[in-house]
Amino acid sequence: MLGWILGGMLAISLGAGWFGGRMDLVSQAAMTGGGEAVELALSLAGMLALWGGLMRIAEHSGLTTMVSRCLEPITRLLFPSLREGERARELISMNMTANLLGLGNAATPLGLAAMKELSRRAGHPARATREMVTFVVLNTASIQLLPATNALLRLQAGSEAPLEILPAVWLTSAAGVTVSLLLARGGREKR
Amino acid sequence: MMSAATQLLLPVLIAGIFFHGLWKKIPVFDSFVQGAADGLKTALSITPALVCLITVLAMFRSSGGLELLLKLVSPLADLLRIPGEILPLALMRPLSGSGALVFFQEILERCGPDSFAGRAASVLMGSTETTFYTVAVYYGAVQVRETGRTIPAALAGDLTGLLVSVLAVRLLFGGG
Repeated sequence: MLGWILGGMLAISLGAGWFGGRMDLVSQAAMTGGGEAVELALSLAGMLALWGGLMRIAEHSGLTTMVSRCLEPITRLLFPSLREGERARELISMNMTANLLGLGNAATPLGLAAMKELSRRAGHPARATREMVTFVVLNTASIQLLPATNALLRLQAGSEAPLEILPAVWLTSAAGVTVSLLLARGGREKR
Repeated sequence: MMSAATQLLLPVLIAGIFFHGLWKKIPVFDSFVQGAADGLKTALSITPALVCLITVLAMFRSSGGLELLLKLVSPLADLLRIPGEILPLALMRPLSGSGALVFFQEILERCGPDSFAGRAASVLMGSTETTFYTVAVYYGAVQVRETGRTIPAALAGDLTGLLVSVLAVRLLFGGG
């Protein structure tokens, strides 16, 4: 699926670049894109290592179990197949907490750790499991209690009330994630 | 004030996890190093997916493909009463986080943060994520090729986010 979408974007790039006379720019972008990606991966590597380390401390000290218990009503609803105290459920809970707090830098490393655990317990499948689909969809939606960066940019742009959009943000997030989860769940019957 | 609170959150959280470990008498340094090594392996495993995604995205952006897409969808957007100013942002949002941020700041500067378009753009930014990046990185980390319903479900959520953000701003603040 992702392959077809990327293919479509490549086709549009070629068409638009050719007819718009911007092939030189497209060619330049193709040469520098790989380097940019590796730079991004390198900057992510530091965050991944930091949160991987902190996460291991939190697991050993029992902190993740506590967080996981607080989010139990939600995780039980969304991931009924994951048992209480299971590592995947704890990692998912930590990722959700980081998302809610608006800590994007921590949410990705924790989310990737959760994905690895979901993959491991399913025997490293090449095809996404139900839990993986639900979990990825949960992360493609944004569920933040306080979108801090957003409010900061509004403040800098001279907004009189940078936080007045919060109720609208919560409403919109809830609507988006509900639609996504329902559609993801609809696919379950076919398996 | 608010930025001070957010800047406080991260250091306090990191210190909190560390001190909780010390308090529970676990070997914090050894645990950290173990987990950090795993994190570095993850960085390596997502790099191939990133190279593919970022290269295609860079080609797409430099080709003017976004402008082409904009022309195609703008009649539909007019029909749904989505303001033209936020349409480029809505198209860029699932593709590129940094690209969307540039568009967002442009809207804030040009229309003002408390205008209809400015508010709608703020709500859209706060309630959606960089969908394709997330899908590529999350599945790339575990070498899953068949993603099933993930992308349609995620994109439907993004579209819902666009429609509801405009609707919510119209209902709560009026205008547009």
